[in-house]
Amino acid sequence: MTTVALRHRLAERGVDRVLLLLVPGAVFVALLFLYPFLYGLQLSFQPKDGGGPLANYRRFFTDAYLRDTIWITLRLGLPAALFNVLASIPIAYRMRGRFRGKRLITTLLVVPITLGTVLTAEGLIEYLSPVGWFNKVVMALGLVDEPVRLVHNYWGVLLSLVITGFPFAFLLTLSYLSGIDPTLERAAATLGASRGQRFRYITMPLLAPGLAVTFCLSFVLAFSVFPSAVMVGEPQGETHVISIAAYDTAFRDFDYSMGSAVAMIMALVMLVVIALVLLWRTTLYRGATGGKG
Amino acid sequence: MRPAAWLTWGALAFFMLNLAALVGAVLVNSFSTRWFGTWWPEGFTAAWYAEAWREYDLFDVLLVTLQVSLAVVVISVLIGVPTAYALARRNFPGKKLLSLLFLLPILMPPMTYGIPLATVLYKFHLAGSTAGVIVANLVPAVPFVVLTMTPFIEQIDTKIEAAARMCGARTSAVFLRVLAPLLVPGILAASILVLVRTVGMFELTFLTAGPDSQTLVVSLFYSVSAAGIRAQQTVDAMAVIYTASMLVLLVIALRFVNPTQLVTRLKDPAQ
Repeated sequence: MTTVALRHRLAERGVDRVLLLLVPGAVFVALLFLYPFLYGLQLSFQPKDGGGPLANYRRFFTDAYLRDTIWITLRLGLPAALFNVLASIPIAYRMRGRFRGKRLITTLLVVPITLGTVLTAEGLIEYLSPVGWFNKVVMALGLVDEPVRLVHNYWGVLLSLVITGFPFAFLLTLSYLSGIDPTLERAAATLGASRGQRFRYITMPLLAPGLAVTFCLSFVLAFSVFPSAVMVGEPQGETHVISIAAYDTAFRDFDYSMGSAVAMIMALVMLVVIALVLLWRTTLYRGATGGKG
Repeated sequence: MRPAAWLTWGALAFFMLNLAALVGAVLVNSFSTRWFGTWWPEGFTAAWYAEAWREYDLFDVLLVTLQVSLAVVVISVLIGVPTAYALARRNFPGKKLLSLLFLLPILMPPMTYGIPLATVLYKFHLAGSTAGVIVANLVPAVPFVVLTMTPFIEQIDTKIEAAARMCGARTSAVFLRVLAPLLVPGILAASILVLVRTVGMFELTFLTAGPDSQTLVVSLFYSVSAAGIRAQQTVDAMAVIYTASMLVLLVIALRFVNPTQLVTRLKDPAQ
């Protein structure tokens, strides 16, 4: 076969010189993402103190202080992601269509992105402190007798995750909702469906696959919680999350091998949760939502 | 209005009120001379800002932040846009696998690949310097550019390129004089989003930065950990500076990108 003929055959399958443009990107991802990840994976099977390739993993699952980080992180990440997604549905549902002040409300809801974890943490510490505004108001109203303790424990981290995670969940949900053709709902209305029925039987089934993706992304965000667990949590106790464990073993104890093992376990747990959600998603309706999106 | 609507707006108003009070507490504290246990501080001063500026070498920190984020934006666009072009225009064997590879760095928590990445960067003596921070931040930035630019390029009509070639344009001319002007809005949007993400990226910078290569977020985190020595007001002042700069970036970003469309374009990364 001549080279010209070969080039033609390849071009038919979409392989031609344009693919050279892929080289920098592919090399980059391979070198800086894939290689470090695989390097970390093999490093995790070479424990610093010997004891066989699985020693790190055995240590993780036998040491209660390390093992519990999985549960602690899930206990923070799942409720935070679930709350963010569920709370964005009714708000996004009312933000469809055009009305006065829509841009203002969207902007207000997006602004928390700019706060960053530190300002959120400082704010939570000051606002919710025993002598802060929140406790002053609640006590002045006579709702409680002594200050409510909401920082430097589980609740502080959960609140921080909601504040930083909600804008993302809301924006995603809103964009999925905007992608659903409004005429579908109007058609249902002409057929006599009530408001509740339209939401239950028209909007929800079309929105659910999008919500699954929103949940996954919110969960990834909440699952990797690190700075706020240190600042507004109880990093050596109730909010000793898995990223703290990974960081501490790798860069405080300088046990890169164990640190990589914790990071791999973290990735695995996250992938399992996401796989479960996406598996559930395949049972949902998938197809045109009629929108432009 | 119906009760459900009242409930939704009421809950939202309650949330916003608390959030405003939360931000307000930090803002007021950063300007207060002394504030403990009372409803309102004793007096106001801007001295904490000057002190934070001096104490934390904010000029240097901001300079590093600027260097890192601009370098990340430029390099990620240079690598990402050609990749996005090839992905948008060609169907080739292994395309799905490659797309998945570009999706993973965005989907994974930075901590999971950040620790092995930092280990590798330390091995090659790159970590601890500004170059190392830039390299680490590029890992999610390049895929982000690819992911946002691919749908953008897909919607540009291929006939335009064909027409340019018909008129005798060389490949370089097609790229520079036909495609580039059409791509500018998309590149601008992607750049601004990468900029916002890089300025706000904590984990990867935290794992790879040395004392002289901290960006604002990381330096802010360290200032909180080292609190106790210094007045909390300086930390608050610095946090306000960070939020103010992020706010400026976000306002600029919102001028170029419609937030709801942005995510629609990213729709269904799982497929």
